Amino acid sequence: MHSFVFDVAHLLAGSLVLVSFMLLYQDRLYALLNVYALHAFVLALSVAWQAYAQDAPHLYATAAIALIFKAIIIPVVLHRMIVRLGIHREIETVVGIGPTMLIGMSLVALSMVVMLRVTAEADPLAREDLAFALSVVLLGLLMMVTRRNAVSQVVGFMSLENGLVLAAAGARGMPLVVEISVAFSILIAFIVIGIFLFRIRERFDTVDIHALDRVRGERL
Amino acid sequence: MTFDAVTAVLAIPLTAALVLALLPGYRLSAYINVGAALLTFLTALSLFYFGRPQAGPYLLVDDLNNVFIVLTTFVGFTTSVFSASYIGHELETGRLTPAVLRFYHAMYQLLMFAMNLALVTNNIGVMWVAIELATLTTVLMVGIYRTHEALEAAWKYFILGSVGIAFALFGTILVYLAAEPVIGQGLDSMVWTNLVDHAGALEPALLNVAFVFLLLGYGTKVGLVPLHAWLPDAHAEGPTPISAVLSGLLLNVALYALLRFKMLLAANPAALAPGPLMISMGLVSLLFAAFMLYRRRDIKRLFAYSSIEHMGIVAFAFGMGGPLANFAGLLHMTMHSLTKSAIFFAVGDIAQVKGTQTIADMGGLTETNPVLGWGLVTGVAAIAGLPPLGIFMSEFLVVSSTFARQPLLALPLVLGLLIGVGALFLRLNSIAFDEPRGPAFKAKGSYAPMVAHLGLVLTAGVYLPGPLVAWFQNVAKLLG
Repeated sequence: MHSFVFDVAHLLAGSLVLVSFMLLYQDRLYALLNVYALHAFVLALSVAWQAYAQDAPHLYATAAIALIFKAIIIPVVLHRMIVRLGIHREIETVVGIGPTMLIGMSLVALSMVVMLRVTAEADPLAREDLAFALSVVLLGLLMMVTRRNAVSQVVGFMSLENGLVLAAAGARGMPLVVEISVAFSILIAFIVIGIFLFRIRERFDTVDIHALDRVRGERL
Repeated sequence: MTFDAVTAVLAIPLTAALVLALLPGYRLSAYINVGAALLTFLTALSLFYFGRPQAGPYLLVDDLNNVFIVLTTFVGFTTSVFSASYIGHELETGRLTPAVLRFYHAMYQLLMFAMNLALVTNNIGVMWVAIELATLTTVLMVGIYRTHEALEAAWKYFILGSVGIAFALFGTILVYLAAEPVIGQGLDSMVWTNLVDHAGALEPALLNVAFVFLLLGYGTKVGLVPLHAWLPDAHAEGPTPISAVLSGLLLNVALYALLRFKMLLAANPAALAPGPLMISMGLVSLLFAAFMLYRRRDIKRLFAYSSIEHMGIVAFAFGMGGPLANFAGLLHMTMHSLTKSAIFFAVGDIAQVKGTQTIADMGGLTETNPVLGWGLVTGVAAIAGLPPLGIFMSEFLVVSSTFARQPLLALPLVLGLLIGVGALFLRLNSIAFDEPRGPAFKAKGSYAPMVAHLGLVLTAGVYLPGPLVAWFQNVAKLLG
């Protein structure tokens, strides 16, 4: 029975990494949002499974937040925002898709090497979970670095936060304080981003971060 | 019944934030802002006299954070005085509207609350939440002018700050994972005092990785190179009182979080020594910022780079460790907070008088606005580390303690300091002593906060009171 629990947790956490890779190669905003919704959905499943495996009912709340807030509300709102702003075109990337995927793979390898080595004595469930969580975090970071569009940077940031939630869920008995705070921070982050997108639009008629780069470093 | 000062330090700013969010009318709000900040400061001072509560699972006051709390609330108070006189002009020139000011005042108190919470909490999870809250409020404040540059600065700050914060959370989770097998599941494993008590038994490998993440995460907020990119922009584009609070306080609060985790690692003999990491990041920040000072054309950006330089020195000193270097680090941090906020008070007034932040468009300030000009000269002399001002003493202590233990490290340290001094005086010369340039009228902002800060820095350079020295020495020992 234990190995089955472990296998499913492993499968779900592994899928989350896989979906993170899928986020990396999306070149249209709508598709990106759909994949992000999938990302959040897999996260919800994974956290719910952790709740079952650890017999920790409070984690179901975290899973529910992930499902309702991140997998449904945020993608829908962002979708509508994109329609309203009329920016549903292709996303410009700084680095090509091929090199990005290669960098992504080496990041995953890196996090496996680091985390599996230092957690040799920890509970195997938490151990694998943590290694996958770090991969998701690093892939989210990679996405933020390689995209120019504000919306896709935001999606990168949210996928990074998903990785953090996975890590927090995998840590056995971690107090609820942190899960709430993570959800809370996403909420705030989203409001902030919303305001920013709105103001960026108000000022420059674009949400392309590239347009924000005009004033780099020093003004004369 | 004893007076619970710790709760009050948190409750006053939070209540004030709520009240200010509801109140229209900026004059009243400004007074309330000053009053609340003063009240918080007095409450924090009372911690010295009335004793402090027992460490609980959420709150902790010890010698270390008591210093930080008093410093934070003091600079918070003086900045609110400056801000009250500063914003009137912003309103006249139409850069801010009354509605935005209401938001600004509420955010100011919320920021004070977040910083105080980060300082007094005993729970590493709550500490993380508080620093995140502080970041978000400052992001909103930096973008408050809604100009192109302000939005760019706020966006950059937001993105880099969130990545830093994400790393810090990951580090926090790892610390919990290391603690859980020893202390047990649940809240107890996130309480800092418990962690330190059991530090020797925690898994060293996990702690090492955790510290690297925490250093990257909170190091972003401290502004250590190469994670500093947000700092100059955020300082240059936000309202000047916020630049003063950012430089003088928020960087310290993030550094405080790092120090707590450094103490944790230091208590575990098998874990990696955090010192060398902090020393190298500190030195890199110092040297990088010193060179960057030469090419600055924007006055607020100039002093933002100077903040990176000084946070580098402080990180270096704490990285060296030992009673003397820690003492020097604490003193330097305090002096830097006071001096840098004084400089920003002066810079805010200067920018309002001249209507620009470009250094080339201002000149001869000592002739046209003597108080401002000489205030700036004193401030820059202090920040450059000239005797008899306070920073001279702390820098001298850092350098001499380094020479005594690691002479080779002292060379780049002294080099960085000298390069920085050169750049600062080069710029100061053109601002303060050249032919008068640009408009000249009496500044609206109050000079009192600037004069008070510089007076304190001068006093500290000439004479440090015995109890204060004893207190700092005690904290330095605590830091290990």
